[in-house]
This record gives sequence, structure tokens and C-alpha cells, in this order.
Amino acid sequence: MTARTLEDAGISTVVLGSALDILEKAGTPRIVFNDLPLGNPVGKPFDRAMQMRSIEAALRLLYSAEVGGTVETLPHRWSQQEDWRRNFLEVRPEHQAQLLSLGEENRKQRLENKRLGLFRP
Amino acid sequence: MNIKYIQRTRDYYRAQGFKHDYSWADNRVIPFSRPKKPLNEARLTIITTAVVEPDIPKPVRSAQSYSLTALPDHLDTAELSWDKTTTHTHDRESYFPIRALTSKVEDGSLGSLAPRFHFVPTEYSQRHTLTQDAPLIKTHCQEDSVDLAILIPI
Repeated sequence: MTARTLEDAGISTVVLGSALDILEKAGTPRIVFNDLPLGNPVGKPFDRAMQMRSIEAALRLLYSAEVGGTVETLPHRWSQQEDWRRNFLEVRPEHQAQLLSLGEENRKQRLENKRLGLFRP
Repeated sequence: MNIKYIQRTRDYYRAQGFKHDYSWADNRVIPFSRPKKPLNEARLTIITTAVVEPDIPKPVRSAQSYSLTALPDHLDTAELSWDKTTTHTHDRESYFPIRALTSKVEDGSLGSLAPRFHFVPTEYSQRHTLTQDAPLIKTHCQEDSVDLAILIPI
């Protein structure tokens, strides 16, 4: 949404990210998509070559995109195995009770924040 | 097969007992501006969701702009939602590529970096982003004569 506001003001933007479905749904003007675990959108930690390729792709896309919503998908892979894809926010049946109690805690914390005035106007 | 993050987030919070699904930003019309200067004359800024001032409580964190000269060695990512099982954020370049971008300025392919970078919180409330955070960053970018912005959400 910040990118959209900047584009409206005449500033060209590119989002370098890994959650493609969220970025596309939001109507992001230019996306360089790194299909990596969330946390390292520029590239694998300490992989300077991969990170530089991502940056160069982002700078190129700023100029090559012809229309809003242009996506460039980078060929980067996290590993030979694909099992990392299961890890983020995985819900397993054996975690059910733990997740429910986490949710309960979360809801209590939100109420407490409100009571303490910890919220944005 | 790309991960369907919207569905996964929905399933996760339903499993936590939340009754209402989060409503993600959904826009069909996409604003678009072509760069007005060539890359080697353009000024670029960086926008991150990584936290510069973790002492500010998360519920009241709002967009802020900081001098690039005051960039900390590590930004705080503990409270953000990312794949903490698979990876880590010990390498700042993997989410805030200041060295890579500086080298692009040094080799002459990028005009310059703006004096300030910007933090925009990952906000539950789209209203806060649309009416407070994004307009503030826009103003600061205009003050800094920014031509291009690279946004890197964690």
C-alpha cells in the first residue's frame, strides 16, 4: 500500500518480496519475487552473489516494466529439497491445543493493550 | 509450487480460535509511474518493515524515517512473522541490502541513495497504513527528492 501511495506521487517503486499472493492481491506496481522462505527477501543469508542478482533485477524492473502489476520471478532456490515450504505457520493436528492457547493469550493481550491505551488512533 | 500465504495465514489463525479471517488489501486498479530520470542520475530510497526501535511497543509503532548514517548493524525482526524454522536474519543484507546498493552507486550505475531510509510497520490496520504511514513516508521522500523506492517487506 505504501508503494501505491508513492506511485501516485510520481515516485517509481519496486517491491522485493517472497509472499507473492499477498503482493499481487494488494495491487503492487512492480514485484521482484524471490521464492525463498520469508525472512530473507533479498537472498539467502551471506550469499552475496544471489543478493546482488536480486538487487540488479529490482533496479532493472523499475525501468523495464510497462504496466502496473508487473512481476519478475527470480530463478533462486532455497535448497535442493522443497520440504522447507511446509514450515511457515504449519498447523499439525498435534499442535491444536497449543495453538488454541496461543490464540487465547493473543486475545487477552489485545484487550490488555487496549486497557493500557496501547493502540494507534 | 508457490506457497499460498493468504490461505496459510487464514488456517493458522482459525486454528488459534479466531472467528474472523483477516481481510488482505485487495486492489484491482494499480497506480504506475515511469522513472523520470535515468538510473545513473536517480535517487533511491529503501523502505523496510524491520524494526529500528524495538523499545517502542508494537501496538503503537508507526512509520518513521531515519538517517542512513544511523543505520544499526542489525534491525529487529523478532516480532515479525517470517519462517523462523527454516532461516534466520543474522545477515542484514538479506533484508536490508545497503552494501549492495552502495556498490551500485560506487560503480556509477545508480545515481545516489537518499539521506533517509524508512520504516513502515506491518500493520493489522490498513487504515493506519493508508491514512498515516504511507502519506508520511511520501512526504519524507518528496522532501528528499526521491525518484525511486525499493520496498523490502520481511
